[in-house]
Amino acid sequence: MMEKMIFGRYIPAVSPMHRMDPRSKIILVFLFVCVVFIANNAITYGLLAIYTFLMVLSSKVPIRFILGGLRIVLWLVLFTLVLHLFFTKEGEVLFHWGAISIYEGGLKQGIFISVRFFLLILMTSLLTLTTTPIEITDGIEVLLNPLKKIKFPVHELALMMSISLRFIPTLMEETDKIMKAQTARGVEFSGGPIKDRVKAIIPLLIPLFIGSFKRAEELATAMEARGYRGGEGRTKYRQLRWSLVDTVMLLILAVVTAALVLFRS
Amino acid sequence: MDISLQQVEYRYQANSPFERLAIQNVSIDIPSGTYLAIIGHTGSGKSTILQHLNAILRPTEGKVVIGDREVTNAKKQKNLKEIRKRVGIVFQFPEHQLFEETVEKDICFGPMNFGVSEADAKVRARRAIKQVGLSEDILQKSPFDLSGGQMRRVAIAGVLAMEPDVIVLDEPTAGLDPRGRKEIMDMFYQLHKERNLSTVLVTHSMEDASQYADQIVIMHQGQVYKKGTPREIFYSPEGLIELGLDVPEVVRFQQKIEETFGTKLAKTCITLDELTDEIEQLFKRGEPK
Repeated sequence: MMEKMIFGRYIPAVSPMHRMDPRSKIILVFLFVCVVFIANNAITYGLLAIYTFLMVLSSKVPIRFILGGLRIVLWLVLFTLVLHLFFTKEGEVLFHWGAISIYEGGLKQGIFISVRFFLLILMTSLLTLTTTPIEITDGIEVLLNPLKKIKFPVHELALMMSISLRFIPTLMEETDKIMKAQTARGVEFSGGPIKDRVKAIIPLLIPLFIGSFKRAEELATAMEARGYRGGEGRTKYRQLRWSLVDTVMLLILAVVTAALVLFRS
Repeated sequence: MDISLQQVEYRYQANSPFERLAIQNVSIDIPSGTYLAIIGHTGSGKSTILQHLNAILRPTEGKVVIGDREVTNAKKQKNLKEIRKRVGIVFQFPEHQLFEETVEKDICFGPMNFGVSEADAKVRARRAIKQVGLSEDILQKSPFDLSGGQMRRVAIAGVLAMEPDVIVLDEPTAGLDPRGRKEIMDMFYQLHKERNLSTVLVTHSMEDASQYADQIVIMHQGQVYKKGTPREIFYSPEGLIELGLDVPEVVRFQQKIEETFGTKLAKTCITLDELTDEIEQLFKRGEPK
């Protein structure tokens, strides 16, 4: 039932995206998130879309799979579009019917912002799809290292992240199991009137919460039993290595950025 | 209620990079009143079969006939609740499904979902809690204050209170101590006899299967490896041992005797008493010399 979720999921493959160092991948996605905001007309958004599309292609993650997984997000994107259509009142009136009027500016804004939103989500999911959770946290930990000087708990933050990422699939599995067990007891999660479906959440959420608390406690005990005492003096088994792919990928983004600045109006 | 699986195939996450074939070409008949045991290693497809029995999963290929309903992949099925009312599943570690404030409410949850009135559900809860060997005063407690074994029993009572025609058990005794194990297995067996239920037991334990089941299905790598009565299955235990499956102690002992004395006993023994009789016969005949 939760089979189609792609958030926090890693898909193993051999591709430039997979080969990149997690640090450069995180930087890349972070820069992309900033760069997206440079675009402000059809050409620049087109350029961005092409770039993102090529990145997705190069990652060798099946496109159908990504789009299937993003179906829920698409609703959000559509919602944004509709919101803009009705509430941005700029430019000429394109359409008028009773109290509703749609403006040219609204249409443009709506499309641009939805495209921007969609590309952002696509790129960030690409990060988690091509990087194992452990790599991501390793990368973040190293990138945030300078903050240690101001007593920022970098290691703890990284640990928290890796634990939560690690337990997403477990939680999904658990959700699936409990849903099945309650379905067998006559709960209908899909179909049926809305009122019943909302009520169906309780028999799902309570066991899920109780299970999570129990697991958290067990995990803490297991970590302590294995002598965990924070990040002090810890060495790394997986060493991060910057290679040619990383430099090339960042250069490509730099070129795209330059083009965006050039073509923006 | 008869259930029959006909050339059932199931793929998890079909059409994704994670697609995995779980079972293939599985045909099993479960006539009303049968006690069927499904045995196999982890990952042999046992649990997948089980979820087909009340249409939680729909076969990607083939069909499942449950009573007069036919479940296939073809069209969106309506009113599966009717099936689920009549086929109760006790999942592995069923205590994870408890959620209500009191034991009584939790047991009543299933029956009330299937349209039983609150008063009737409470009567059923009282009956079910006794069936699983707990006392009535536990009904007003929170399920989360109970011990693990008690929680398991409460969860089982929750399924029994639905009063299904077919009861499906997924390793109902996993993680229990030997005594609790036997009590629960005996309880299900008694229920099976008294109410003339169909029972499907998914288990690792050959001992349980040989002791309680009329029919055994052995699963191996998503396919039916062998099916038959316990006697047929254990007539030639070599294949099972090759698969790395357990063989009941009685069967193993008989095999050792036959090996040691170079003779065959008259029949494949399933229970200890049978084996004792057979060995007695053997010695009376004057063999082995």
